[in-house]
This record gives sequence, structure tokens and C-alpha cells, in this order.
Amino acid sequence: MEQTMKISSSPHIRDKETTANIMGQVIVALMPATIFGIYNFGIKAFITILITVISCVVFEACYQKNMGQKVTVKDLSAVLTGLLLALNLPPDVPFWLPVLGSFFAIIVVKQLFGGLGQNFMNPALGARCFLLISFTGRMTAFTYDAVTTATPLASLKAGESVDVMSMFLGTTAGTIGETSAVALLIGGLFLLATGIINYRIPVFYLGSFAVFILLYGLAQGRGIDISFLMAHLFGGGLMLGAFFMATDYVTSPITPNGRILFGILLGVLTFLFRIFGGSAEGVSYAIIIGNLLVPLIERITVPKAFGKGAVKHE
Amino acid sequence: MSLLTFSGGIHPYDGKDLSKDKMICEYLPKGDCVYPLSQHIGAPAVPLVKKGDRVLVGEKIAEAGGFVSANIHSGVSGTVKTIEPRMTAGGTKVNSIVIENDGEFEEVDFRENIKPLDRMYREDVKEAIKEAGIVGMGGAGFPTHVKLSPKNEDAIDTIIVNGAECEPYLTSDYRRMVEIPEKIVKGLQIVINLFDHAKGIIAIEDNKPDAIKKLTDLTKDIDNITVNPVKTKYPQGAERQLIYANTGRKINSSMLPADAGCIVHNIDTIVAIYNAIIEGRPLFERIVTVTGDAVEDTANFRVRLGTNVQELIDAVGGFNIEDPGKIISGGPMMGKAMFSLDVPIVKGSSALLCFREDIVSASEPSNCIRCGRCVEVCPGRVMPNKLALLASNGDMEGFIKYDGMECCECGCCSYVCPAKRHLTQIIAGTRKQILADKKK
Repeated sequence: MEQTMKISSSPHIRDKETTANIMGQVIVALMPATIFGIYNFGIKAFITILITVISCVVFEACYQKNMGQKVTVKDLSAVLTGLLLALNLPPDVPFWLPVLGSFFAIIVVKQLFGGLGQNFMNPALGARCFLLISFTGRMTAFTYDAVTTATPLASLKAGESVDVMSMFLGTTAGTIGETSAVALLIGGLFLLATGIINYRIPVFYLGSFAVFILLYGLAQGRGIDISFLMAHLFGGGLMLGAFFMATDYVTSPITPNGRILFGILLGVLTFLFRIFGGSAEGVSYAIIIGNLLVPLIERITVPKAFGKGAVKHE
Repeated sequence: MSLLTFSGGIHPYDGKDLSKDKMICEYLPKGDCVYPLSQHIGAPAVPLVKKGDRVLVGEKIAEAGGFVSANIHSGVSGTVKTIEPRMTAGGTKVNSIVIENDGEFEEVDFRENIKPLDRMYREDVKEAIKEAGIVGMGGAGFPTHVKLSPKNEDAIDTIIVNGAECEPYLTSDYRRMVEIPEKIVKGLQIVINLFDHAKGIIAIEDNKPDAIKKLTDLTKDIDNITVNPVKTKYPQGAERQLIYANTGRKINSSMLPADAGCIVHNIDTIVAIYNAIIEGRPLFERIVTVTGDAVEDTANFRVRLGTNVQELIDAVGGFNIEDPGKIISGGPMMGKAMFSLDVPIVKGSSALLCFREDIVSASEPSNCIRCGRCVEVCPGRVMPNKLALLASNGDMEGFIKYDGMECCECGCCSYVCPAKRHLTQIIAGTRKQILADKKK
């Protein structure tokens, strides 16, 4: 019989979800924050985003081509890294800065460790921290409406009062994508609703952070200080970090309990860095340190196999 | 009320609409029938006939080759043509009895096998089941008389009839439940009565409300049988998951259902038990769903064992495409892809699933992005991505330490993987190797 039938091991059907599809949906979820960032900071923000995304894709394609690997930029992971990095940059940066950041994110953090899925820290955050340490001045110079101003978190740390409502809406100084809590929440809820991310990391991250902030307020004798809590939740990179950075598949735990532990750890670290650290911000460093602990967290949270330790029914 | 179920699992497109409304119809083979001597778990059967012998429908042509083995009966009348290795759906050649079908379908007198049930001892019933060559017809093919003889019979308190039919596309069990529910109930009662403390549960996924209603109505006056609707989710019908959903008891890979006080039977197995005990008919036919987008029509055939697969494809009008992408014996999640249609229907053949396109060869595996979907859906609650990594590194110790042996090869992890990695295949291959090493 002349029939050319394909054989393979079961299962013979596959879900429609693909890597590119997932990356695409995260990019869509970042659109409210991206569009708001451009609206808030103007054309310069748009150009910074464009440069970062393009240089990330170009670096990835060039590296893979030169190494004789299959070029995988179609999986959109480099686009996503570029977008996340751009949203973590101040709107007023010289154009070489995002290019350098993209190089660090794609080449140093991602490709040198083996490419997609192999990096031990979030490429965009790794690059942000690299830039933050190397070019502290440029990375922390924030202007808003052409006036150099402090970010709300910095004002808060200096003991000044802040307008929680404008922090929620995002009409404040900050990096391109972090200012609008509401835009980030819309994107985060979209990711939760579509099942792209699991609730565990953001809920336990934000939850544990909120608990510690409230406890801190109590310890300082201010009672339950809701406006202080809100300012901390909506300020800085917390929303962006909790929904889009901490949930990065590659650099967060894969086990359900590990995700809870990871979320709590990030909440504690962010609290410590923001309240007791030298800088007003602490999300990026908290997540980076959390990333490094992921292998250990996974090791102690291996799920219990079905029926393990079951006893005979008599 | 929340439905009975388990943690993990997936919801693939079920494709059951293609064939679920097709009444079971008998298909009688036209050509030769082939009977592999090994179509069950355990020792191969031993031929009782030789070349040139005339056999009748229902005649025993091969005898169990040990306790864990099963008799084989002819589904046609005719002459033994030869006994030689023949290709099976699994892709291996198995020594087989080939019978030249004379088209008469002359039967042995089944009435001789019938004894009044009230005058049969339990051992007689088990012996009759053994004699009829009944094996688990969900696919695994474990001899039923062995299942019914657990070490500690007093510990058995639950007989579960597996009407979940969680594999997409399959509708044979569903048709049995809506067409002959009374035989299923009677068959279950026969099994229940083999044990002192047993009650019966018929577990049906809630996507088959008419089957649930029919069986519930039939059993409403029977105290020791309940019909449990279970959540529609693959692999709801996997033995361990089904036992857990219905009794809350868990067993692991090194335990048997009897260790949870349970015996689980497939719908068609229960019907086979009914046929053997009440009608004296040994196992020589089964229901096969012929379906998929590559065949002209779909059907639920009552088919004689030994029938050539090509005949069944022809019986639904053949393929609607010159080159179908994939033909699967069984369901899409755990069935076997066939490279030849010149193979026989055996006791475990639940379906012929024909796809125009093969989605697996069309998708190329890429890097694991550690999304955790495989961990979330795994009904065995293990970490498929980790196991696949350990397996491909050849780390057998790590594989066992991370409970790789608890995998039931249901295929959920490969199904959900967005990177299209062949997780189930890698893990199943390693399990096989470890089991083989253990036997050495």
C-alpha cells in the first residue's frame, strides 16, 4: 500500500498558544502604559521606545546570525525586552543610552547565557540596573513639563506630601512606562484574565509589600496610614514590576508554591529597599535579587506528586 | 454542587459532535481477519488451531498463555489460512492467526455457555469471564479476570465503571451508554456481586447529560449503584484521577486500584462481561469510532475483532483527501499513529481517528520559556519541564528523584506547551528505559 502517513508519539493534538502568541499578548497588555507614556512625555518618549525596541531586535538577530544559530526574533521576545527596557528609562535620555542598554540586555544577559529561556535575570531589568549604576545621573534626572522635578517617591522619601490621584493616573515625573498605575493595572488584569500570568506572584508581591508598609506606619505611630500606602503602591516601578517584570516566566519560579514565596520575598525586599535604602526606588533591585534566588526557591517548593505517600485502603 | 474532579488537566477541542449522534451499526468484515496472539497485557496466547482448520464465529482459536493472559475467539467463520507475524496498529509485527473469512458468519451455539446466574458461584463467574477472553477495553488490555482477583477481596468496596470517555473524538462508550444502558447496569451488578462489600459507581463526564439521565433513571431503585457526574476535563477517565474524583483516595504508580479498594472497568468491558455471562457470547466484537476531518463520513461501528482497518475506512466512504496527514488508532491524546492501514482491529482498538493535517509535524519545538503551563496541567503533579530536562541530560537518578515514574503519559504537558516541546515523549521514553533497566 502506497500511503505516506506521518507517525509520531502521542499526543497528536496541540494547544494553539505559541511563544510568539504569548509575547504578543504581553506587548498588547503594555500598550495602555506605553500610549500613556507617550502622551505624558511627548514624542521624545516615543523615539526612545522605538530605538530600544529596534536595537534589541537587531542585536538579537545579529548575534544569532553571527553564531550560526537560527534567528528567532519572530518569537517577539526581543521586542518585549526592548519595550520593557524603554518603559523603565526616563523620557529624557541621550539616544546612545537605550542602545547600550539593549546591548547589555540582549547580548550580555540573554544570549551569552544561552538565549531565550536560559537567562538567570530579567534582561530588561538587568540592563536598567546596569545603566542605573553606570550612568546614575542620566538615569535619575527626571523632567516633567520641561521642569526638572523629583519623582513622587523621592518627594515622599524626603517627607513631602504627594498627590495620590495624579500618581494613580500617571501625570507625574518618572520613567516612561511606570507612572500610570491605572494603565498598568488595566494591562495586568488583561494578563490575568487571559491566563498569560498567574495571580500568585503579583498578589503576594503587592500584598506582602502593603502589609509591611502598613506595619511600618503603625510602628511610626501614624496608625493605619492609607494615603502613605497608596502612594507607595502607585509610586515608582511597583505596578510595572509586579505585573510585568516579576512575572517574567524565565526568571520566576515555575512551581505554584515557589511563586507565592517569590512574591512575598519581593514584597519584603522592595519594602526594605524603599524605606531603609539610599534610593527612593527599590523594585528593580528587589526583582533582580529575587531572580537570583529562583533556583533555590524552586528546589524547596517541588510539588508533591499525585498519590505520593498514599497508604493502602483496608 | 461542585463537580467531582482532580487538580490539573486540560480542555482540548473534543470533536465528539462529529460522531456522537451516529447510532451503533454492525459492520461485518468482507476480507480475511487477523488475530494477533498478543493483544493484552501479559503472556501471548497459544494457538489452538492450525492451518486448514475450519472455525466458527465465537470459537476459541487461542488459549491464555498463563494466568495473566487471555483467550482469543474468532469473529468470523472460515478457514485458518496461516499463523505468521503480522503488522499491528502499534507498528510492531506480532505472531497472528489469519482466518480466511467465508462470509457465512456461522456461529457456535452460545446457549451451551449459558448457566443461570443464580446457580453460579463467584469462581464460576470469574472463570466464565476468563473463558470469554475479556480484557480491559479502554486500550490497556489488562485481563479482566486478573483484575477481578485481587489479593484482598474484602478490601474491595467500590467498582467504578469508567464512562468518562475523556479522550477527545471518541464516542463509542457514549453510544453504549445511551443505547444499551440496561446491559451496563446488569454487567455492573454481576461484578458487584463478586465481592462482599462492594458498591458500584458509574462515572460519566457532565458533557453527556443524556447518558447520565438514562443511567440515573435506571439505577434509582438500586441501592448499591450510584451514577456520578464528573467534570468534563481530560484526563478525567485516567484510572488514578477517576478513583480520586469518586472516592477521594489516592494511589501512586507503584499501587493498584485495589490498594484504594477500587476496581475500575471500561464501559465496553462491562458490556463484554454482560455478553459473556448472560448471553454466553465470548469477546469477539467491540465498538470502534471512525471519525476525524479526513473521512467522508463518521460512524460508531460494532466490529468483529480481526477486521482490517482499511475496510472500516472504506465503510465510511474512504478519505476525503488524497493524502491524510495522520491516522490514529485510539484518541488524539494517547492513541498511536499508524503508518499502515493493513492492520487488524484488536480488543483495545477504540477508534480510528483520521486527520487531514498533522499538527505535530507542522509545529517545531523551540526553547522552553519556563511558563509553567506543564506544571499547572500535570494531573500527576510533577514538573514535566524539569523531568524532560533531566531525561535529555540522561540523569536517571534525578528523574526518579523528581518523581518521573509518577507520570501517566496522558500528554497534557505536550498539549499545552507553547514552545511545542515533546515533553510526554521524552518523559515516556525515559520511564520505559528505567522500567526495562529494573527488570534486568
